[in-house]
Amino acid sequence: MIILIYILALASFLGFELIAKVPPTLHTPLMSGSNAISGITIVGALLACNEMGYTTMSKWLGMIALVLATINVVGGYTVTDRMLKMFKKK
Amino acid sequence: MSLAIELAYLVASILFVLGIKMLNKTQSARQGNRLSALGMFIAIVATLLQIEAISLVEIFGCIILGSAIGLYYANKVEMTKMPEMVAIFNGFGGLASFAVALSDYFLRTEVTMESITMVTIISIIVSVFIGGLTFTGSLVAYLKLNGNISGSPITFKGQHPINLILFIAFLATAVFTVIDQTDPLFIIVLIVIALVLGVLTVIPIGGADMPVVISLLNSYSGMAACATGFILNNNVLIVAGSLVGASGIILTQIMCKAMNRSLINVLLGGFGQTVNAAAGDGPSITVKEIGVEETAMLFDSVSSVIVVPGYGMAVAQAQHVIRELMEQCEKRKIDFKFAIHPVAGRMPGHMNVLLAEANISYDKLIEMEAINDEFPNTDLVLIVGANDVVNPAARNNPQSPIYGMPILNADKARTVIVSKRSMGKGYAGVENELFGYPNCLMLFGDAKQTITKVVTEMKEM
Repeated sequence: MIILIYILALASFLGFELIAKVPPTLHTPLMSGSNAISGITIVGALLACNEMGYTTMSKWLGMIALVLATINVVGGYTVTDRMLKMFKKK
Repeated sequence: MSLAIELAYLVASILFVLGIKMLNKTQSARQGNRLSALGMFIAIVATLLQIEAISLVEIFGCIILGSAIGLYYANKVEMTKMPEMVAIFNGFGGLASFAVALSDYFLRTEVTMESITMVTIISIIVSVFIGGLTFTGSLVAYLKLNGNISGSPITFKGQHPINLILFIAFLATAVFTVIDQTDPLFIIVLIVIALVLGVLTVIPIGGADMPVVISLLNSYSGMAACATGFILNNNVLIVAGSLVGASGIILTQIMCKAMNRSLINVLLGGFGQTVNAAAGDGPSITVKEIGVEETAMLFDSVSSVIVVPGYGMAVAQAQHVIRELMEQCEKRKIDFKFAIHPVAGRMPGHMNVLLAEANISYDKLIEMEAINDEFPNTDLVLIVGANDVVNPAARNNPQSPIYGMPILNADKARTVIVSKRSMGKGYAGVENELFGYPNCLMLFGDAKQTITKVVTEMKEM
C-alpha cells in the first residue's frame, strides 16, 4: 500500500517537472496525448473483462470500459500524431 | 503476477515519461508521441498475456469496435473542433475508470464475496466519484463547445448551496459505503450524486472559460485512472494516471494565471454577467472604419506586421487566408509574426494548432511574454477575432472586471486594424476601449471574406 503512495507521489512530481517544460505551442497535442495516456484504464478494463462470465453486471461494465478506453488510446494517439505532423519549421 | 509482466509495465511507464519529456521540443514531439504509444502497446500486450483464452473473443470484439471509432474520429475531426474532441475524450476516460471500478466492486461483493480492504473500498469510491463527475462534466463541456447548449453561463438561485449539500451527501454516503460495503444501495446513491454534480459544476461556466474547465477535467480523468490503479494494485495505472493528473493541473494553473482569476472564481461561474449593467454606463466609443482597399494599401506600405488571432479566427475559419496574407507580406519583405495569448481560443494551444494546420511555421508563433516588448516598434497589428486579450482596460482601468489580466500590448503599435464581425462586446461583457483609440481602425465583416479581399487587392498591386 505505502509503495503505491510512493509511486503516486514521485510520478506526480516527475509529471509536474516535465510538463512545466512543454512549450505553450504544444499544449493542445499535450492534452490530446494525455487523453491517450489516460486510456491506460484499458489495462484495468482488460483485467475486468477477464473475470467475465461471473455476473452480467461486472461483465458489461468491463466491456463498456474496454470500448471507451480503446477509443481514447487509439483516437488520442492518432489525432496527436496528426497534429504534430503539421508543426513544421520553414 | 509474474516478474516479466511487472517489468513490461515498468518499461511502459518509462516510455510514457520519455514521451512527455520529448514533448518539450517541437522537433522531437512526434517521436515522443510514438514512444508513448509504444508504451501503451506494451502495457496492453502484457495485460493480454494474463487473460484466460475464454474471454478473448469478447475482448477483441471490444478492442476492434473501440479502435474503429477512435480511428474514424481522429482522422475526421477538424482542427477547429479539437476542444470538443478533447472534452469528450476526457469524458470517455472518466467513464472507463468509473466502469472498471464498479465492475470490480460488483465482482467482489456479489461473486467472489471476498472482504474488501479499507484502501480498496476508498479507491473504488474515489474512482466512481471522480470518474462519474468527469463523465457528465465533460459531456456538458462538449455540448457547450459544440453549441448544442448555450455557451453562456447557466446560473440559478441556490446553485452553490445545492452543490455544497450534494458534496456533503457524497461524503456521508461514502462513509456508509465503507461501513457496509455489501449494500449496493449506497454505491448507487454515490453514482447519482457524482453524475449530478458533474452537470451542476460545469453548467455555470461560460464558453471562454472552457480552456480552464477542459484542463481541469483532463486532470480528473488522470486522477480517476490513478484511483483505479489503487483498486487493482497496478503500478502502470498509477504512474500514467498521475502524469495526466499533473499535466491537467499545470495547464489549469497556466490558464487561470493568464486570465488573472483564481480557479475558485472560474468554477463558481457566471463571469461576465453581473458586469454588463455597470459597463453600459460608460461613455460610448466612436470608432474609425477602414475599407478593404485601404487595408491592402496599408499592408503594402509597412515593414512589420503582428497578427493577434482569437477564437473569432477559428469561428470564421480565417487561418488559411491569413497564411496567404503572410505570403503576400513576405513577398514584400515585411516582417510577419503572430502573437499568441495563452487563453486565445477554447483550449490551451488552440491557435497554434490552427495556424500549424494552415501551414504556418511554428517559429512565427510568439508567446505573450516574448512579443509584448515588440509592439511599440511594430508598424501594423491585425487583430482577428480577439477582444478581451487586447483590451487596455486590463492595464489601466481598476474598475474593469478584467483589470489585472495580462494582455497583449497591441494598442502600442503604430496602427491597429481590428477585423471584427460587428461592435459586439467581448466575453467579459466590457467595451474594448482600444477600438476608440486614435491609432485603431475597424475592418468590419466576416474575417475570412474581408481578408480574402485584402489578399486579392494585394495580389493586384
